[in-house]
Amino acid sequence: MADTAIELKGISKSFGAVHANRNIDLKITAGTIHGIIGENGAGKSTLMSILYGFYQADRGRIDVAGRKATINTPSDAIALGIGMVHQHFMLVENFSVLENVILGAEGEALLNTSIAKARSELERLERDYGLEVDPDAIIEDLPVGLQQRVEILKALYRGADILILDEPTGVLTPAEADHLFRILEQLKDEGKTIILITHKLREIMAITDNVSVMRQGTMVATRKTSETNVEELAELMVGRRVLLQVEKGEATPGDVLLSVKGLTVKDSRGVTMVDNLSLDVRAGEIVGIAGVAGNGQSQLLDAITGVQKAVSGTVTLDGEPVDLTGAADPADLRERGMAHVPEDRHHVGLVLPFEENENAMLGYHRQAKYLNGPFLNIEAIRADAREKIEKYDIRPPDCRLKTANFSGGNQQKIVLAREIEQDPKVLIVGQPTRGVDVGAIEFIHKRLIDMRDQGKAVLLVSVELDEIRSLSDRILVMFAGRVVGERGPEASESELGLLMAGVEEKEAAE
Amino acid sequence: MSAPYAKLPAWADYGLIPLINLAVAFLVAGLVVMLVGENPIRAAVILVDGALGRGQNIAYTLYYATSFIFTGLAVAVAFHCSLFNIGGEGQAYVGGLGVAVVCLAFDSILPWWLVFPLAIVGAALFGAAWAFIPAYFQAKRGSHIVITTIMFNFIAASLMVYLLVNVLKPAGAQAPQTRNFLEGGQLPKLNWMLEAMGFTIRSAPFNLSFLLALAAAFFVWVLIWRTRLGYEIRMRGYSPKAARYAGVSETKIIIITMLISGALAGMMALNPVMGDQNRLQIDFVTGAGFVGIAVALMGRSHPAGIVPAAILFGMLYQGGAELAFEMPNISRDMIVIIQGLVILFAGALEHMFRPSIQALFASLGSRSTGLEAQQGEGS
Repeated sequence: MADTAIELKGISKSFGAVHANRNIDLKITAGTIHGIIGENGAGKSTLMSILYGFYQADRGRIDVAGRKATINTPSDAIALGIGMVHQHFMLVENFSVLENVILGAEGEALLNTSIAKARSELERLERDYGLEVDPDAIIEDLPVGLQQRVEILKALYRGADILILDEPTGVLTPAEADHLFRILEQLKDEGKTIILITHKLREIMAITDNVSVMRQGTMVATRKTSETNVEELAELMVGRRVLLQVEKGEATPGDVLLSVKGLTVKDSRGVTMVDNLSLDVRAGEIVGIAGVAGNGQSQLLDAITGVQKAVSGTVTLDGEPVDLTGAADPADLRERGMAHVPEDRHHVGLVLPFEENENAMLGYHRQAKYLNGPFLNIEAIRADAREKIEKYDIRPPDCRLKTANFSGGNQQKIVLAREIEQDPKVLIVGQPTRGVDVGAIEFIHKRLIDMRDQGKAVLLVSVELDEIRSLSDRILVMFAGRVVGERGPEASESELGLLMAGVEEKEAAE
Repeated sequence: MSAPYAKLPAWADYGLIPLINLAVAFLVAGLVVMLVGENPIRAAVILVDGALGRGQNIAYTLYYATSFIFTGLAVAVAFHCSLFNIGGEGQAYVGGLGVAVVCLAFDSILPWWLVFPLAIVGAALFGAAWAFIPAYFQAKRGSHIVITTIMFNFIAASLMVYLLVNVLKPAGAQAPQTRNFLEGGQLPKLNWMLEAMGFTIRSAPFNLSFLLALAAAFFVWVLIWRTRLGYEIRMRGYSPKAARYAGVSETKIIIITMLISGALAGMMALNPVMGDQNRLQIDFVTGAGFVGIAVALMGRSHPAGIVPAAILFGMLYQGGAELAFEMPNISRDMIVIIQGLVILFAGALEHMFRPSIQALFASLGSRSTGLEAQQGEGS
């Protein structure tokens, strides 16, 4: 039996009346990769924040390497050899790799000597673990995969033996994720202990030795990865059986309902984000846009839906032209049958401080059924909201509750109910299941397939490749603002992955 | 997980927390009073008695409160659109010009009840016009409204001095003010309302515009929570991105909101100009525009909170004047300090005691409600 790196005993943490962690026991064996999986809000991040000293547990004890540890701040955790790679990188963008690595561990008042020492130390780490990064590169010039490597180097430089990675693959291409996993394997071989927090079952199966499942603040099970399977883990996470495979019949595409030609969009700094892009979406099909986040998908969605102006290009909606470079108004497009589930439901798709019923009509609030002249028809608005709550099983079923108090999945259902119930011709969907729990994902996917089967044109943008592959009838891969390839849903993950990484069409086809 | 603290019942949110804030403000103010060598309890008695002790004092308190209701509503409407209009002072000042123009033109030919609606329109139009310029710059050029509105206070002050001295002052008069309005430019007093309740009043400026202020409070409630425009104002206030997504024109909403805000601030001028002094004087606003910010903060931008908050500040104004008179050690500036403390605790530090009160409620409330809330979160 190997040594225990970390043992948590009876950890509890509440925020007001909400128990984020309840009486959690967890034992992590040294020199293993231990996965922690659970839905959003299950308490994974809270637990890791306690371990890393961001929060203090209300009750319970933490043992590190067999000794009781007091972790009140991240520096305590670092001193105990615990390092953390955050989901959102904590790097100074305009500093070099070396400067970022020594930040907070400079050692002396004068930088010269410590920088020289750090450089040789960094080179040793890079050599030992295969983590090649140019020490003098500026962070903002590096791709995200390398930025993440810098985060790992930072932790190792501080002498971490135990590495916590919080949803590390969210921003990576499949190839980059594979590379990360190889690095993690190597770290494990060197005797490091790794805690991997994720909600992706596939990653757990691919790389971990042990896996612990959290649900609603409690630790429901710990398994050896080799002795469990995806179905069991999904059931443990949700607390009931889940359909992981999306069932759908053959698509029967009809007329082109949405046609985009030569669309170019620039961001506020004048950088071209969408570059002369063309695509068609037909009635009765789902067109998926795959790509690593930040390759212009957001700007594409914003331009098509009139939220952002385009520089040039034409769009036709059900045969009628839309003026995207001038006065395309989201309100006008809605009236013409374009519904939009935006990528960012917290800031765009919903107004979180609003009551649920106020969000259930957001964007459609000009419709006569919600109004009495200039006044809101409160009765009608609430009745309409209650109807949608019923139909979409939004919980808790209270249309007067503040939207911020709904879970991610239910918030997304509020948006989806609003957009789908308008019976649009074209549905534009961005990241429909980001931050949504497994149970709700199943529901949302079914709804999107339903829309397709009712003869709607659905344009789906997602960074979850699995989602794109299981829902789409055609897949367009976006890279650097352009569509670099089109594939059918049967395309392999590695083939799509190469396209997503910008490898030329011809090479990827080989 | 998104709401780390339990929700408070409404009575605690809107009643208990402001009361605690107020109590702490008075405790600290009491320390200040002790520091200058006066008895804080006696000072408090004089203050409250000076504000509410006699019919005379109540009438004055309500007269001040009237002005604060208008300016408080003005700030609150802009708050709902997440605009910080600190130009209420200037907008009210220019609103006074609107009142004066109407009164000077019609006071000899029309009765007051015909001049009044015209004066309301004049005050609102002039106040709105003064708010329009900063609003336009904010909406079209992104010039921050806090900076522009505060600068417009100074421009308003200079403009009004110029107009009063060079244009509106009757020939041969010494003081920089208009002629006195005739009867058509004078609002009836409401002192009889207090007298009907058994108080005696010698003379006090409490006038009809108080009722207009209450009507404006109701109007603001309807506007913000019951109209499509109010819905769009709140949408933009909470989330400009969501408003853009919903097809709400940001430019339009910013300008309309500021016009309404400016109009409300402008209407404040009816109270002193037409209701009391019956002429337009220099500096008649005397800080009411700024007090409106505190009133809106303390009233949580809700008319039902703004009216009592305005009355509270009316008490501080009126009671404070009495206190300065009774206690020579307490100067007018000390009163400003006490008002400042109320603003500090009720406005700026509004949330200081909230976490501990929420924690208290969470532990007092039965465990089962806590669990329910949590399951709601997780589902």
